[in-house]
Amino acid sequence: MSDLRRVSSNPHVRSKTTTSNIMMWVVIALLPTTGFGIYNFGLNALIIVLLSVASAVLAEFLYEKALKKPITIGDFSAVVTGLLLGLNLPSTVPWWIPVLGSVFAIIMVKQIFGGLGQNFMNPALGGRCFLVISFPAIMTNFITNTYTGATPLQNLKNGVEPVVMDMIIGRTAGTIGETSMLCIVIGAMILFAVGVIDYVIPFTYIITFSLFVVLFGGYGFNFAYLSAHLAGGGLMLGAFFMATDYVTCPITPKGKVIYGVILGLLTGIFRIFGANAEGVSFAIVISNLLVPLIEKYTIPRAFGIKKTAKKEAKKA
Amino acid sequence: MARGTFTGGIHPYEGKELSKDKPIKSVMPKGDLVYPVSQHIGAPAKPIVQVGDHVLTGQMIAEAGGFVSAPIFATVSGTVKAIEPRRLATGAMCTSIIVENDGQYEEVEFKPAKPYEEMTPQDKIEAVRAAGVVGMGGAGFPTAVKFAPKEPDKIDYVIANCSECEPYLTSDYRRMIEEPELLLEGLKIAVSIFPNARGILAIEDNKPDAIAKFKELTKDEDKISVKAVRTKYPEGAERMLIYACTGREINSSMLPADAGCIVDNVDTLCAVCRAVKEGRPLMERIVTITGDAVAEPQNYKVRIGTNYRELLEDAGGFKTEPAKIISGGPMMGFAIFDLDVPTTKTASALTCLTKDEVAAMEPSACINCARCVEVCPERLVPKNLADAVEHNDEKAFLNMYGMECCECGCCSYICPARRQLTQLIKGMRKIQLGKRKK
Repeated sequence: MSDLRRVSSNPHVRSKTTTSNIMMWVVIALLPTTGFGIYNFGLNALIIVLLSVASAVLAEFLYEKALKKPITIGDFSAVVTGLLLGLNLPSTVPWWIPVLGSVFAIIMVKQIFGGLGQNFMNPALGGRCFLVISFPAIMTNFITNTYTGATPLQNLKNGVEPVVMDMIIGRTAGTIGETSMLCIVIGAMILFAVGVIDYVIPFTYIITFSLFVVLFGGYGFNFAYLSAHLAGGGLMLGAFFMATDYVTCPITPKGKVIYGVILGLLTGIFRIFGANAEGVSFAIVISNLLVPLIEKYTIPRAFGIKKTAKKEAKKA
Repeated sequence: MARGTFTGGIHPYEGKELSKDKPIKSVMPKGDLVYPVSQHIGAPAKPIVQVGDHVLTGQMIAEAGGFVSAPIFATVSGTVKAIEPRRLATGAMCTSIIVENDGQYEEVEFKPAKPYEEMTPQDKIEAVRAAGVVGMGGAGFPTAVKFAPKEPDKIDYVIANCSECEPYLTSDYRRMIEEPELLLEGLKIAVSIFPNARGILAIEDNKPDAIAKFKELTKDEDKISVKAVRTKYPEGAERMLIYACTGREINSSMLPADAGCIVDNVDTLCAVCRAVKEGRPLMERIVTITGDAVAEPQNYKVRIGTNYRELLEDAGGFKTEPAKIISGGPMMGFAIFDLDVPTTKTASALTCLTKDEVAAMEPSACINCARCVEVCPERLVPKNLADAVEHNDEKAFLNMYGMECCECGCCSYICPARRQLTQLIKGMRKIQLGKRKK
């Protein structure tokens, strides 16, 4: 009995996908839009993105070090948070905005609730919403050397005809990573192709939102108006990269549909009836809060269990 | 609405190329043979021999211990050396009859109770019962019990489970290629037990040659058909296979018979044929010795009770030092401490892997990615179930249908955070099953 071998419970094999390579894919998929943002807004954008990523990773490291927890920066989730936050900032913000936002996102939204997997809202958006509420003037200053006007969505709200082609390519004012619909969709395609994200949430979100715009936008089925709404603001970045954030979206198949619909409705309400032109961040953050409730009521019926069985079980 | 597949499932590395082209090789046992009295689900068999008795090949050495039980037969001639606890592949100790092989292979005379043509369904079931046939795919449910549902005329399908979805295993495949008539005959016998039944050979579509062969063999049969099912793990799980073949769903508290189905594995049907037509008890099975650590992976026709070590030696031993040895395949098999474990009625393979992918893995935080939900063939939410287990919340576990889990391992396989989902759920299921018994 000397050379007893190691045993473990089955299964004895595992897939190759790990948390860190999922996060790596998200970073890779964000590169096109990051690149375009830097090209569009110049060096300032690069500095902001770097600052935001670096401070997110550092905040996670220091927090875990201070609390003597296992260091988890190797899973790249802090990189993703920092990058997403950076892409959600205007290129004009002072240097301390990305730092403050990242620290808030990592520590207040993510770590104090237990770290990766425990945060109740998307950390990057939590950070952004905090910044928007605290520093509204700084966070809505989109005027750069290239773009002196308002963002396309602000124009749309004020009834100015948008140039849809510019919006699709991304040659407009806005936050660093949200302007180019094209680059975001390329990134999303990468994520679909490698199976990191599922199409249900982004598509139900975009379809619901489109229906809402058609019904309540005041222009009926006006193609230019609709596409301006789709290409403008944070919708694409939000739908493909932030609404699909694993931790804060439902895991049940029905729950995903409900979540997408709620996102679409909230975004529509905020954009069309709200005071601001934008609505994606707040729609996602509020929907995040509804996720536990959605999940609770959408636990699927197991294979072979009849519809009536559950009611009978409850009676018994 | 048989779709030939089910929702969920995974595609692990198959590893079947290691042994799929190796013809079945008969191997004679050299050392002692070990017969655990519990090689099936149900009451353990009761030994009816004493230490020092001389036994013949095919002689019953332990009788069925109850209705749901099965007798055990000596597979060599020799002397009963001891009756003592031995370790099984599952790690449990089990009373075993140890027979010293005299190398003569003296057989008792096998003859069917009646000529096949005169047999009633009841006679056939009795023949299967007397031969100690159990489900040889892994569960070991006594086949005679399976063949005797409450309402035999409600059975409309007998499904031969030829899917062999478990990675690395090729024993059923070789049987299909080399002895298709035997399997077909077994299926016909099973079908003949039920007045309204039709037979289906459910074969995964990664075995096109087997599908073609059986299509050819069954082209004049009006009661037997071939169903190609999609290659996906766990296609061969009983509930998934019934769904893939008939569109009917059963849950954990139902039997296949409740959906009008009887499911039997390849080796089992071959044993049924032998039992009914020749009166031969269950004495041998096909075992695949495989894995990247084995010098020459092989498929063996093994006398049940043979030590795994002998089979491995015949396969040329280890090419490289294995990190893990598994009785069965990598998804459902049992990791074993050492090779001194007997083959049993349910032992389908010995898989020796050079890399232990699992032991060194540290589970990390769940990122809620929903992959486990996507792959669960039982449409459960493994993540929530595992959370409930970690919090010892039995009520939540039961409310979320935890007992429906078929322990296929898909959730653990796919989890990017490497959580031990299947293992947690399995543990809680065992606790709950224990409570039910009380």
